[in-house]
Parts: sequence; structure tokens; C-alpha cells
Amino acid sequence: MKNKAGEKIKEKEARTMLLQGDEAVVEGGLVAGASFFAGYPITPASEIAEGFAEKLPALGGKFIQMEDEIASMGCVIGASLAGEKAITATSGPGFSLKQENLGLGIMVEAPCVVVNVQRVGPSTGLPTSPSQGDVMQARWGTHGDHPIIALSPSTVKETIDLTIESFNMAEKYRIPVILLLDEIVGHMREKVRIPSPEEVEIVERKRPRLEDREEFYPYLETEDHIPPMPDYGQGFRYHSTGLFHDKTGFPRGKTEDARRLMDRLMAKIDENLDDIILLEDDLKGDEEIVVLSYGSTARSAISAVVRARQEGLKAGWVKLKTVWPFAEDFVADLADRVQEIIVPELNRGQLIGEVEKAACGRARISGIHRYDGTIIPPAEILAKIKEVG
Amino acid sequence: MKRKEIRLSGAGGQGMILAGIILAESSLFDPELYVVQTQSYGPESRGGASRAEVIVSREPIDYPKVVKADILVCLTAESLEKYGQEVAEGGVVIADDSFAGEDYIPPEGVDFYSLPIIAKAREEIGLEVTANMVALGAVDHFLSEIDSECLEQAIEKRVPGGTEEKNMAAFRAGQQLLAARV
Amino acid sequence: MAEDIDRYLRQDKLPHIWCPGCGHGTIMANMLRGFARSGLDQDKTVVVSGIGCSGRASGYLDFDTLHVTHGRALTFATGIKMANPELTVVVVTGDGDGAAIGGNHLIHACRRNIDIKVVLFNNSIYGMTAGQFSPMTPTGATATTAPYGNIDQNFDLCELTRSAGATFVARGAAQHPRQLIKIFQEGFAHRGLTFIEAITQCPVNYGRRNKLGGARDMLNWQKEHIINQKKYESLSAEERQDKTPSGILYQDEREEYTEKYEKIIATARGSEN
Repeated sequence: MKNKAGEKIKEKEARTMLLQGDEAVVEGGLVAGASFFAGYPITPASEIAEGFAEKLPALGGKFIQMEDEIASMGCVIGASLAGEKAITATSGPGFSLKQENLGLGIMVEAPCVVVNVQRVGPSTGLPTSPSQGDVMQARWGTHGDHPIIALSPSTVKETIDLTIESFNMAEKYRIPVILLLDEIVGHMREKVRIPSPEEVEIVERKRPRLEDREEFYPYLETEDHIPPMPDYGQGFRYHSTGLFHDKTGFPRGKTEDARRLMDRLMAKIDENLDDIILLEDDLKGDEEIVVLSYGSTARSAISAVVRARQEGLKAGWVKLKTVWPFAEDFVADLADRVQEIIVPELNRGQLIGEVEKAACGRARISGIHRYDGTIIPPAEILAKIKEVG
Repeated sequence: MKRKEIRLSGAGGQGMILAGIILAESSLFDPELYVVQTQSYGPESRGGASRAEVIVSREPIDYPKVVKADILVCLTAESLEKYGQEVAEGGVVIADDSFAGEDYIPPEGVDFYSLPIIAKAREEIGLEVTANMVALGAVDHFLSEIDSECLEQAIEKRVPGGTEEKNMAAFRAGQQLLAARV
Repeated sequence: MAEDIDRYLRQDKLPHIWCPGCGHGTIMANMLRGFARSGLDQDKTVVVSGIGCSGRASGYLDFDTLHVTHGRALTFATGIKMANPELTVVVVTGDGDGAAIGGNHLIHACRRNIDIKVVLFNNSIYGMTAGQFSPMTPTGATATTAPYGNIDQNFDLCELTRSAGATFVARGAAQHPRQLIKIFQEGFAHRGLTFIEAITQCPVNYGRRNKLGGARDMLNWQKEHIINQKKYESLSAEERQDKTPSGILYQDEREEYTEKYEKIIATARGSEN
């Protein structure tokens, strides 16, 4: 790993620590090569800003506390275009404020990571209580059609892993990646081993060769749909805009450019679903009932399914680590094989709609929903398994 | 080993969350012990209700919260009233004797200890804020999964610099509270 | 004015979209003349702009350029400058973009004294959206959203940025090109938050509605009312009533933000060893 000045960032050795999920974002980010953080204080995500403020400068990285959430998002995109691996962190109210600039980040294809430690909303809601209420906002928060990647960890260990994945996917696909924690994962402490950067795959964005400056198209339609990206100050003198643009980066005001650009932005993700969609399951093949969940709720689901199995019920679990793009094909196959899919969520029913769409009537779908700041206990899921089984 | 669930409850500012973190951190010395620590607190830094939960197990821990505590510590009457019945059979309830008297009836098969935790901290240590360490000393008595030494090391590491001795003395005073009683 | 400014323009993107009589082209050309004289490296300069007529400038300028969301150019510029302090970072904004929706970012960038050159094209109106009033539309003037006259008080942007912490504050006008070039030249050479208010005319969406005549009349107004600071100071309070001072109004040396952060890095590295 190198910082802007080309100095080697001090390599950290693997170590075992008791870490909060929020702190794990910092540790995972540093392993992935995070070199820039801009943010604004907000519960329950402030620990992420505090961690980066302390640790980045010693590694030659930069931290800045901006005047508001909007500014933080702009700052992160600016730093990304200047060559940094940039990250910001917030919670619901701040995530709402970041949406417009997030859309710009998607349009100019600036790799960056946006962490949202979800708390109960809308509005100020329950600031210190967990929620999974921003799942749909992560998908559709910024206006207009657009691609998005959103990952959601359920443990502190997974938070480290998925923070690294977020940076890798951002760099690989030139896109802002959203990391959706919930307050439980953000604030819980678990014993984890932080890997050394040598142990994990670290992806760097594709950069153009300096000799290509004379004939350079910043938004070239390449075979993989991902144009190489220079750092500012390398003499490419290129233009980026939130307006629809062609391969030159400039708007021409032509409708065909809008369609071509949107199709390419979507294709970056749609043609790489196997690489982007991460999930775990424990399916033995005889399942009649499967509990599909994500984030901290998955822990209750696993606990419930283990007990159901012990009681002789044919149950299984699926834990989505990638929330967006949604694992549509996987769920469609699953719906062919099982009778019922239970979707517990800390909201009034958000991802369950995607499950229903994918299942398309081939399996019964039922939800368990909490939106009062408490988490779903395993007993409630077990009762539901028994009820539908 | 089945998971052991510990709930530490009191008011904000009584250091329940710090005690929870120390308890969790003491597990670092045993590479085969899994641990999860969670908390719940109000928006205020001082006052209000505060609760830390720690689960230790020899197997990976799925559900991260306490279902029924094996060890419950209550430093306020409110917390005893709120959590006093959510205790597993064979478990223990440790409450401060300033409020925990005859009113409280523990569930079947649960041992109840009303101890002078806050008084010890105030009078013997001279610092009421060390009541959390006195409580931790009492918890240690029922915590076969973690060595007392590991807890002591975790305390040394976590408490503010310069206060190690007082906190350690508080922890030992807590241990003695039960050594005398049990 | 012998500077060759063509090398700083993307010739294939011209002619620009600004209306006949608009002062934006004059301001931009004089900005480039000032840039040429400053001797700064074209390849190490990034121009960031927001939304509005001023926002289109970035498309014509042959640097690394970034055209962002409304009012937020300074936030992106702050990220760029923090990431790579070697870059010269210029923000081109307008009175709506920079003083209304982006006003908070403006005062905070000044407070940090981060080395960003902010060029605010002040045409007293939202021109691109056809004439709504901005924080710089004079009180009493009419606009599409102030059909009975504007009751809002203006900012004095130079006073505002100075008190917020900018270390180079200047005001120029399209009518005074020589002064503008000097302001830009010295502004580009300054290290710290540089704020340049460039007064320009919008005959189409401001002048016409307020019966101020065409571009020539509006430039004449600038000539009479925007006067050199030295001359302004010699006037009585009464004479100053309808005048606005121009020139480099304030300049000071104060430690720049990214330089301060380099010290944070040194401290953090020291404490690690």
C-alpha cells in the first residue's frame, strides 16, 4: 500500500482484538488501503470518524471533519478523483443528506465507500437503537435510475471483511459502495482477528498509462464497461460532470448519450453479479422452510434455525452479505425447492418485496417485522418456523 | 459449554458499560473463548438507564443479546425491577444493598446476593465511581470461564491511567464481599 | 493583455453558451490572463464548478475539471486539495450557487483558510433558471420570484468571507479588466483561501426586468458605482452610499489548512515511534 506521496504505508500485522463494528470499519478500511476520510459527527457512527481521525495521519492518510453531511460526501468524491481510497460514515439522517452527491459519485464513477450505521427513522427517530430501515434508501435514495452496490455485515468479523470488499468493489467497478451496518453490529464488541494486508486481496482502480494522455477518453466504452481512471494532476486535463455525457466526458445534449451511459453504468454491475453477490447459507437440501436475512437479524435467524433443526424441523438459513444488487436468481431457485421463505427484518418490510418478486408465487413468503428499536429474538423466528411448518 | 450470559445494569455514569468491556476484553487471553458484548443506553452521558451485556461461549455466538441472564448485576432499584425476573435457573442476581431488600423475590432456582457494592466503593476505596469494579469483583466469583488474573489484566489495560491501583483495590474488595458471604 | 489564453481554453467547446451581453466571458478571459501571469502549472490545476451560468465555465477550461452538484463545488475542491496539496484548486461559482445553497461551505472553507481560489461570478440573479432572486439581488429589485420587489437584504460577500477567515479578499468587475487581471494574478499567487467576487452583468434576466438598459448601460453602471478602494476611502459617508469598493480589499498571511494537516501527520507519526 502506498499513500499519495508514494511512501509505503506501514504494514500492520495481524492481531486479535476486542472491537466494535464501528471500529472494525476503521481496521478493515486501513487493511484495504483507505487513505482518506471525510465525515460529520452522528450517532451511532461517530466512532468510525474518531477511529480514522486517530489512525489515518500516522499512515500518511488524511482525515477531515466537514461542516455537514453533504460536504463530507462531496469531499470524499473529490479526494477519490485526486487518487485516494476515500470513505465517509453516517447514519440515517446524514445518509438522506448525502444522496444528491452520491448520485454525482455514481455519474462521474468515483470509487468510494459510504457507511450507514442504521438507526430507527424517519427523522431523528431513535438515535441509539438498531434498524434496517434504510435498505430501500440504499437502493433508491438518490434520484433517477442508477446502479448501486450495498453490503451488510452481521458480525464484527464480517464488518472487517465487507469493509475490505467495499473498497475492492468500489475500485474495481468505479462506483460508490454502501456499507449498511445496523446499530447492533456497529456498537457490539466481538473478539476478532484483523488480517494483515498481505493476507487479503486488495484491488486498485485501473489507471491509464501516462503516454495515453494525448488521445484520452475518460469515459471510454471498454469491453468491461469500466474506463481507466487517472488521478487529478497527471496531465490528462479531463472533464467530469453530473450531466449525461459521452466518452469524452462532455455533455452533448443528445438522448442517445443518456441511454448509452445509463446502459453502461448498469452493465458494470449486471454483468458481474457472480462477483458482487456474496451470501452464506446452511442448506442441506431437504428444507421446507428457509429463513432469509441479513445484518444483525441473521444472527437471530441462525440461532432459531439451529434450534428448529434440533427439534426435527426441516429448516435452513440464508444470510445475504450483498443486499444490492439483490440475489434474485438465487432466491428464484430457492423458491422452486422450498415451501416457505421467512424474511425477518428490522423494518416494516423492505427486502421482503424483492424476495416476493424473485419467488414469483412459487413459494410462500412471510415476514417478521420490528421497527421499535428492539431486535428480533430467536424465539420469535422459531415460533414462526413452527407456525408455518 | 453452553453460553454464559451476563447482564450489568445501572444508571448512566456508573460505568456499567466499561465493566462490560473489561469483562469482554478479559476473554482475549483465552484464544478458544468466544465473546460478544453489547450495550444499551440513553442519549445522555450521565443519568438515565445503562446496560451492558456480555456473552461468553466455547462455540461461535449467534444471537448477541442476553435472553436470560446467568449473572445479573443491578446497581439501581430501577434496573432490578426491570431485569430481576429475566434470570436463568441456576443463575445469580447481585444487587446493591442500598435498595435491594425484602421486596425483591428472585425466580425459582436463582440465588440472590444483596451486597454493599456502592458503600464499599465510597467508604473503603474512597471513590464511588469504582463501584463498577467492586461489582466486577463479585461477578468474578461466579465466572468459572475466565481467570481472575485475566480480569485483572483487562482492568489494568482499560481504566484511565493513574487510577489502576484504586480500581484494582475495588475489584479485590468486590471479590472479598462474596468470599466472606458464600 | 498580450497573454495567450487560448492554451487554457478547450477550443472545440467554444463558442460558450452565455448570452450576448453577459459579462461571464470577460471575467473568465481575465481570470485566465491572471492565471497565465501567475506562472502556475496547467497540468497541476483543477477547476471545480457547481450549477448555474458560472458552472458552465469548467467545460471551457483546459485543466482537470469537475462540474458538480448545485452549491457544493467547494466541498469537492476541499477533498481534492486535502488529497493532493500540490494541486492548484480553483472553484468557479455564482451568487446563487456560492452564496445561497453553497453559503455554508463558503464560510467554512474561509474558516479553514484552505488554499482554494474561489471565483464568484456575481450577476445578481439566477440567470440560468431565468431570473429568480439570489442573495445578491439588490433589495427592492424585481425578479420572477420577487414580482413586487425583493425584500431580502444582500450579503456583502467580501466582508462575509473576510470575517469568516479568508486571507485574500478582492472584488472586481467586468467593466474593469486591468484591475481584474491584477486581482487574479495576485489571487492565484496567494496561499490560503482566496475569495474573488467578480461583478458581472446579466442583461437578459436581471437588467431588462429592472429597466437597467442593455449590456452597455449595465457596464456604465459598474463604471460609476464600482470604484477603486482608494478612491472609495476618500469619499464621505454620504458619497459612499451608492458605491462599492473594488480591488484587493484584504490580504493577510495565516497558516494554510493542508500545511497544518502536514504537521498533524508529523505529530501522529512521531507518536507512533
